[in-house]
Amino acid sequence: MSQASRKDYEQLRISGLHAFYGESHILHGIDMEVKRGELVTLLGRNGAGRSTTLKAIMNMVGRRTGSIMINGEETMSCAPHHIARLGVGYCPEHRGIFSGLNVMENLTLPPVVRSGGMGLEEIFSMFPNLYERRTSQGSKLSGGEQQMLAMARILRTGANMLLLDEITEGLAPVIVEKLGEVLVKLKSKGLTIVLVEQNFHFAAPLADRHYVMEHGQIVEEISADELESKQSTLDKYLGV
Amino acid sequence: MTEILGIPTAVLFGQLLLGIINGSFYALLSLGLAVIFGLLKIINFAHGAMYMLGAMVTVIMFDVMGVNYWVALLAAPLVVGCFGVAIEYFLLRRIGGQDHIYSLLLTFGVALMIQGILTNIYGVSGMRYAMPDVFKGGFRLDFMYLPYYRAWVICVALVVCFGTWFVIEKTKLGAYLRAGTEDSQLMQGFGINVPLLVSLTYGFGVMLAAFAGVLAAPIYSVNPVMGSNILIVVFAVVVIGGMGSIAGAIITGLLMGVIEGLTKVVYPEFSSAVIFLVMVIVLLIRPSGLFGKEA
Repeated sequence: MSQASRKDYEQLRISGLHAFYGESHILHGIDMEVKRGELVTLLGRNGAGRSTTLKAIMNMVGRRTGSIMINGEETMSCAPHHIARLGVGYCPEHRGIFSGLNVMENLTLPPVVRSGGMGLEEIFSMFPNLYERRTSQGSKLSGGEQQMLAMARILRTGANMLLLDEITEGLAPVIVEKLGEVLVKLKSKGLTIVLVEQNFHFAAPLADRHYVMEHGQIVEEISADELESKQSTLDKYLGV
Repeated sequence: MTEILGIPTAVLFGQLLLGIINGSFYALLSLGLAVIFGLLKIINFAHGAMYMLGAMVTVIMFDVMGVNYWVALLAAPLVVGCFGVAIEYFLLRRIGGQDHIYSLLLTFGVALMIQGILTNIYGVSGMRYAMPDVFKGGFRLDFMYLPYYRAWVICVALVVCFGTWFVIEKTKLGAYLRAGTEDSQLMQGFGINVPLLVSLTYGFGVMLAAFAGVLAAPIYSVNPVMGSNILIVVFAVVVIGGMGSIAGAIITGLLMGVIEGLTKVVYPEFSSAVIFLVMVIVLLIRPSGLFGKEA
């Protein structure tokens, strides 16, 4: 606990990370670190390598080199199922809801990896819609409901570092707002969050720091209080 | 003698019974194929060989060690299942992520090798396996004679099929299997040991085939090619039922056995082809199979 509560505890440190899909070289030497309790975003255009960075952390890319330390432990040679056991919860792009499973089955599918995860009661009070739809097949859910479910199921596992990939994509503003509230709540609980986000206006008020990616590299690191002064640089990279 | 549509009831029900028996074997075998295809995306051409191994191991264990039927019913599937896990671990895993055709050829090759080796040792003339004493005799019903063993095969096949369906559709372990069928990489990202799940699933599918083999030993000719004869029909059953559908494999298996049996009554020459005719019709009308999901 003493280690966990220290503010500067380094939960994730990536250095010199290269990732490949077959012959294509996607990530070209990523360096970043995330401290416990921080909310950090990966910004950039489509194809900049943000999703691949999350997948590389999960060891879900073809090949990777460099170093990824999670809680001070080197994970380059870890199988994907061991990485989750280090307390990492991954919410993939397009949500990854299993259509052949109902809501309850989807929710309880990921094994509990650490103690201190949310109970079903707490989850259902956070996402009341899911309770109403608990017996529905995954394929019958709306986009918003799927996204709630994708979030909920990694909160139950007790993961203390969440990798969230484009969670607001294609969702109605009211749902996006709800997700923002959820992230604030999770942050206040001390969870570490790495957020890949297209919607800068969603991410800006939530994040402690931003990494801007382009062509598989991190080109800029901007902390929350530098946002205003670096707005024009950011606009250039994001092509707003 | 009573008749239905000009056919003596004894003949009709006799063939119907044979159809249900054959259907039970089709169901057990196609079930295993469906389970394996679902998670591994492998078309297991070694399935017939595993069925044959189940029967051969039963006979050999009896001849060499005097192992009785009841022990064989558990031991033979376990032995063959372990062999299946070894095949998955040492061979199939090496070609994971490659095109379907590789695993198809690999399992086909494994089947040919097993079949060839056993043919070399035991020949193809068929081995004897005595019916356990407890199954001698049968029920004398008004309309037909039902041998005890055949009744046993139908019951136990139905129980095993239903049990498998229940585990896959209604339990946590089954949820892992169903989820793995959709996205095994994400499952692994959640901390589930997917490689282990894959090995055990292949082993389980193979066990089902071997279990069918043990059931077959007392009533069918046990020889090294018995598996390749039945496998083609079983593949047709899986195609008709729809790839990857568990309930579909079971129901279609039984149904095809019955259709085959009834064809034997009305037009015996066509009985071995009727399943393939059904397959053609189903593929024309519903390409994803009777119970398959539309792509």
